[in-house]
Amino acid sequence: MEGQETIKGTVEQHGKNDLLVLLGSPDANSAELYAETLTNGDPSWAGPLAGVSLGLPVYHIMEPEINAQIDTEVYKEHLEFLEIALDVKKITEGLNRVRQKNCTLNS
Amino acid sequence: MVLKGKKVIVIGERDGVQGPAIEICIRSAGAEPILVLTQCFV
Repeated sequence: MEGQETIKGTVEQHGKNDLLVLLGSPDANSAELYAETLTNGDPSWAGPLAGVSLGLPVYHIMEPEINAQIDTEVYKEHLEFLEIALDVKKITEGLNRVRQKNCTLNS
Repeated sequence: MVLKGKKVIVIGERDGVQGPAIEICIRSAGAEPILVLTQCFV
C-alpha cells in the first residue's frame, strides 16, 4: 500500500481522537487490505506500518451509514453513478470482518 | 459512525472513488479531511 509513511506521520501529528479513515476502493479485496493495514499493521510486512497497529476505524465512502450523511446534491454529483459500479454489499462485508476482528482484539 | 466534527484520512482509489471526490462529499457532512490520497491498487 502506497503512502504508509505519510499516513503514519499524519496520525502521529493529529492523534487518534476523532480520527477515522474513509476509503474509495473499487472492490472488497482492496478495501479489506487497506483496512487490515490501517488497523492491525501492514500484513505484507513490507511498509512502514509493518507491526504498527494504528487501530483506526475504517469505512468506505459508499457504505450506507456514511453516505447517508452527505449532502444530497453533492452525493448525486459525485457518488450516485458509482452505485452500479461498486459492489457495496461485499465491500461492507469485508470491512465488517476487519472491524469485528479489531474489536475482538481490543476487548 | 458520525462524520460531523471528525478528522478524516481519505484514501481514494483511481479505479474506484478518487480522493478529491470523497473530500468534497465529507466536507458537506461536516468532517475535516486532514490527508487526501488517491491510490493505484495493483
